Amino acid sequence: MRPVEPSIIEQRSRHPLGDRSASYEPQPFVEVDRLSLYYGEKPAFQDVTLSINKGYITALVGPSGCGKTSFLTCLNRLTDLIAGCRVSGRIMIDTRDVLASDIDVIQLRRRIGMIFQKPNPFPLTIRRNLEFPLREQGLRDREQIAEIIEATLRDVGLWDEVKDRLNSPALALSGGQQQRLCIARALALLPEVLLLDEPCSALDPLSSGVVEDLIVSLRDRYTVLIVTHNLVQARRIADYAALFWIKNGAGRLIEAGPAKQIFEEPRDPLTAAYVSGMRG
Amino acid sequence: MAETLSRPQDHREWFAFVLVWGAAALVTAVFCWLLGDIIWHGLSHVSWTFLTTSPENAGRRGGIGPILVSTSLILGVCLAVSLPIGIGTAVLLAEFTSDQSLFGRMTRRSLDVLAGVPSIVFGLFGNAFFCKALGLGFSILSGGLTLACMVLPILIRSTEEGFRAVPASYRLSAAALGLSRSTTLVHLLLPAAVPGLLVGLVLGIGRAIAETAALIFTSGYVDRMPQSLLDSGRALSIHIFDLSMNVAGGDANAYASALVLVVLLLAINGAASWLATYGLHRKIMTV
Repeated sequence: MRPVEPSIIEQRSRHPLGDRSASYEPQPFVEVDRLSLYYGEKPAFQDVTLSINKGYITALVGPSGCGKTSFLTCLNRLTDLIAGCRVSGRIMIDTRDVLASDIDVIQLRRRIGMIFQKPNPFPLTIRRNLEFPLREQGLRDREQIAEIIEATLRDVGLWDEVKDRLNSPALALSGGQQQRLCIARALALLPEVLLLDEPCSALDPLSSGVVEDLIVSLRDRYTVLIVTHNLVQARRIADYAALFWIKNGAGRLIEAGPAKQIFEEPRDPLTAAYVSGMRG
Repeated sequence: MAETLSRPQDHREWFAFVLVWGAAALVTAVFCWLLGDIIWHGLSHVSWTFLTTSPENAGRRGGIGPILVSTSLILGVCLAVSLPIGIGTAVLLAEFTSDQSLFGRMTRRSLDVLAGVPSIVFGLFGNAFFCKALGLGFSILSGGLTLACMVLPILIRSTEEGFRAVPASYRLSAAALGLSRSTTLVHLLLPAAVPGLLVGLVLGIGRAIAETAALIFTSGYVDRMPQSLLDSGRALSIHIFDLSMNVAGGDANAYASALVLVVLLLAINGAASWLATYGLHRKIMTV
């Protein structure tokens, strides 16, 4: 098998973060303004205003049921699939108004990859899992598809483990391998933003470590938002952090800022109690 | 086991054991007796000639060639009409209609009622609508269309269940990858719903191929080789009915025809379950 340059993904990439210098200024990429989400009459979260910087890892932390996952699904409009779900406020990703009624939702979702808590490869072969979304995007050149498959599988560290069995079912892989395949599947579409919804929580500690290292390696090339209940993990990998909390029956954003500040010198007493393990 | 049986609650358990196994044995025995009876009386009359020649002397002698052809044509018409409509309706109900919507509830309720309507009612409806109103007369087309109406409720409900059994995570992850709804439907949901579809298909074909009442008034009982779909044609089940009820001395050929019908049913059942486990499964995994 011909070795493929690891830079193939970067060559296809449109974002100029590959050569980020030390003096790189944080630059907002996702801007959320007074966002609220209701399931029927019940609010999931209210009035969240948050700015997410390009090329960094932002961790969303907080207790269960405070709207972190619901927040993620607003960003790629998966909320459209949920009956009785209502979103208000404003989300700008780059120059796109996400909640605008005339936006091409399919295109939007291709620019924003999402990884779920439970690995969810399709019941197809490993190759088909990666090839299927690419072909759907309009890529027909077999050679190019094969190159992208190899490059993304190398990117997630799965190539050596699966290169001899690309035609076997993806569901035969281990949980950690399945999750990395799902990440590869998202990366193959060259997203600008990656939404990770507790990507390690369904995995054993060893696989969890591998996936975590993979997420860290995605910094700079992608804008990563990760929901996690694992504070230690958030502290290890996040550049920025945002704490959600339930107040009056609805999720609220309590505090957001650089991870160092949130974890070491939080301004809000609730954040201080949460990160020190006294609450939540 | 022996020492525990002495306690009273174990006697009750023993009783339950006998009851459950007895019921199962009874059901199996009835099936075996029926099958044995048909094979015993029918097998000696089934031959290649029997399967290919025309009936003679009102069916007392000769074979069932034209009847097999008519039966397959009726079944073909029935499937060609009911499969597309059935899958389409199931997709609409499962993927594009919410459980609570008035339309969804009304459609499901109507289908459940239709599934329980006696076949003789379908026969009369088919006669009034297809034969008379649409002017198709007593024909294979009328019979097939009537059977399609009869099979549709079973096919739709079972296919719909197949779609509902597909995990929601497929739909979410497909949407998150920017796959369109139609692609998701054709390439992911439909293959995953195939087992439900096959169950409905087997139940539907089973009901259709064994149907007598609905066909008497629609496809008629002319036992000649049909020349077109607008010809009347006699289905296998009607042939059996006619031979055993109206033709003195037709019992032997009635038994032989019944044997052919049962073998056909078993073959269709077997083919469907093989398709569900091996054929389609492999196709889905590698396409």
